Amino acid sequence: MPEPVVISENLTRRFGDFVAVDHVSFSVQAGEIVGYLGPNGSGKTTTIRMLLGLLAPSEGSATVLGFDAFRQSEQVRAQSGYMSQKFALYDDLTVWENLVFYGGIYGIHDKVRIEQTLEQVGVASHAKDQAKALSAGWRQRLALAIALVHKPRLLFLDEPTSGVDPTARRSFWDLIYSLAVEGVTILVTTHYMDEAEYCGRVGIMRDGRLLALDSPVNLKKQTIPGNVWEVHAEPLNFALNTCEACPGVLRVGLAGDHLRMVTERGMTEKDILSGLASAGLQVAALARGEPTLEDVFLSLAKG
Amino acid sequence: MTDPIVAQHLRKTFGSTLAVDDLSLNIAGGEIYGLVGSDGAGKTTTMRLLVGALRPDSGDAFICGFPVGKQPEQARAQLGYLSQRFSLYEDLTVLENIRFFAEMRGMARREWLPRCIEILSFVGLEPFKDRRAGQLSGGMRQKLGLASALVTRPKVLLLDEPTTGVDPVTRQDFWQLLIRLVAPDSLNPSTGETHGASEQDVAVILSTPYMDEAARCKRVGFMRLGQMITEGSPSQLRASLEGRIVEVQGRSLPAMRESAGKIKGVEDVRAFGDRLHMRVAAGQAESVIKGLYSSASANGDAMLTARLVPPTLEDVFISLSE
Repeated sequence: MPEPVVISENLTRRFGDFVAVDHVSFSVQAGEIVGYLGPNGSGKTTTIRMLLGLLAPSEGSATVLGFDAFRQSEQVRAQSGYMSQKFALYDDLTVWENLVFYGGIYGIHDKVRIEQTLEQVGVASHAKDQAKALSAGWRQRLALAIALVHKPRLLFLDEPTSGVDPTARRSFWDLIYSLAVEGVTILVTTHYMDEAEYCGRVGIMRDGRLLALDSPVNLKKQTIPGNVWEVHAEPLNFALNTCEACPGVLRVGLAGDHLRMVTERGMTEKDILSGLASAGLQVAALARGEPTLEDVFLSLAKG
Repeated sequence: MTDPIVAQHLRKTFGSTLAVDDLSLNIAGGEIYGLVGSDGAGKTTTMRLLVGALRPDSGDAFICGFPVGKQPEQARAQLGYLSQRFSLYEDLTVLENIRFFAEMRGMARREWLPRCIEILSFVGLEPFKDRRAGQLSGGMRQKLGLASALVTRPKVLLLDEPTTGVDPVTRQDFWQLLIRLVAPDSLNPSTGETHGASEQDVAVILSTPYMDEAARCKRVGFMRLGQMITEGSPSQLRASLEGRIVEVQGRSLPAMRESAGKIKGVEDVRAFGDRLHMRVAAGQAESVIKGLYSSASANGDAMLTARLVPPTLEDVFISLSE
C-alpha cells in the first residue's frame, strides 16, 4: 500500500484546561474522500488547522503529503486547497477577476490555467458576471475554482454545500468525485448528515474525540444498536410517550407526521404492536425504516 | 373558519424576473408546513409577501383572516418570525433580550414578565435567564430566537431555515419544541379529550433547502421557478417513487456509475461515497436489478449487491427538478 497522504497520530490540542482535540489518530489514502461529522465545537476545525500547520499540536503529530504538518507547513499549504462556504469573494469583481486575484496569491499568472479552472468547475459561462450577481450554487463553484487554481493534491472542504438544494449539491459532488478519481485527496468537515453521505468514509467527532471512522454503510451496520422503525399513530405526543415507556425501545423521536424508533434487534413487528396495544396505543402503520447517519450520530453521542 | 395562513394567486415580479407565479396556500392551525425549493425558487419572496414586507403585483395574502395588504398591522400582530440571521443583543441577558422584543410589540410589564418566564421555560432557557446572550451556545441562541418570536403568542409562526448551523441533538430538541407548540392540547392525553383544530392552534411555515428538515414537516410544498409544483405529506410524496429506488454497493463505483446509466429502465444515477442510488421507471426494478447482477458477474465483480430501498424526499426533489 502506498504511503498515506495524511497520517495523524494522537493529535491533541488543549486551550488552557479545554481539550479541543483529544488523541485523534487516522490515516487517509490518496484519492479518498473522508468526511468529519460533528457539531460546532467538536474539534473538526481545530483538527484541520493543525493539519494545515496553522496551529501547533499540544501532543501527537501529523504528517501531510509527506511533510511534518507544523514544521513544514509552507510545503503542505503550497499543495493544499481550502474551500469554505463562508469564503470571501470580492462582490464587485467579476468571476474571472476573483480567480485571477486569488491565483496571484499562489503565484499563478497563467491565463490558460485560469480558463482551465473555470471550465473544470463549469463557471466559464459566468466569467464576466460580478460575484454579487451569482446564486449560492454558482458562488460555491467559484469558491471551489479558487481552491483548485494551483492544482492542489489535497483539498479541504468546510461545509461545502451548506445552504444549497439537493440538485446543486449533487452536481457539486459529481465534480468532487472526478477530482478524487484523478488522485486528489479530499477532507470534508460538516455537521450535515446529507453532506456526509457523499463521503467514502465518515469520522464522527464529539467533544474533541473521533468516535468512529468508517464508510456510511458500515457505520449504519455497526453503530446502531438495533432496528429502525417508522410508527404512524395519533396523537403524536401520546404515541411518543407510550413508545418511550415500551420495553425494548432504545430511542424514539418525532419525525413530522410519524415517529422514528430504534428497538433492540430481536424485537419483531408483532412484539412492538402488542407492547404498544397493551399500553393503550393503536398504531395506524408500522414499517422498518432505513438507518441514517443521524441515527449513527445519535447512537454514538448518547453512548 | 379560515386557515391562519392563506395565499391566493400571489404573483410578484422583479423587473423581468417572475419570482412568484400564481401561488396559493392554505395552512391550517396545528400544521407545520415546509416550503422547499432551490435557490431562487421563490421561497423567500413568498415568505416576504406573507409578512407584508413586499407587496404582490396581484393576488392576496391573509394572516388569521386579515388581508396583509389592507390591514398590515392587524395581520402582523398575529405573526412571529424567526429569520436565519436573527440578531441578539450580546451584552444583554437572555431575559433582557426577550423583554426587548416583548416591549417592542407593545406588551406591558405586568404582561411581559410572566409571559417571558413561561416561554423561557417552554424552550428550556429559564435556568439561564440571567446569562448574557453573547455567552450562549449555538443551540441556546436559537432557542432564544424562537422564544423571542413566540413571546406575543402569535397564531402564525414563520421560520426561515431554522436549524441551519446546529448539530443533530439540538435540532432534535428544536423540532420537539415545534411539534409541542402546534399541538398544545395533546401534551396532556390523560384528559382523554381528542384534540381538534381550534382557534388556539398555531400554524407554522418554514422554508428550507434541507430534505431531512422537510421530512419532519406535516406537509411539504415544492417550489420551482416561482410556482408550487407539488404539495403533500412526506409519506404521500415518497409514495410516488415507491418501488423505484435501487441502492447498489460494490467495488468499482465510478465504473459502475457509467455502466448503470445505460441499463434499460434506469432514469437517473446518483453517486454517494460508498454506493449508488438509481431511479428506475415504474415496474422496471426487478429487471434492472437482474441486469446489474449479470453485468457485474461479466466484469468479475462478485461483491455487488443491489436492492430496493424506500425513496427519500431527496429522491423526490431531484425527480421533480428535472
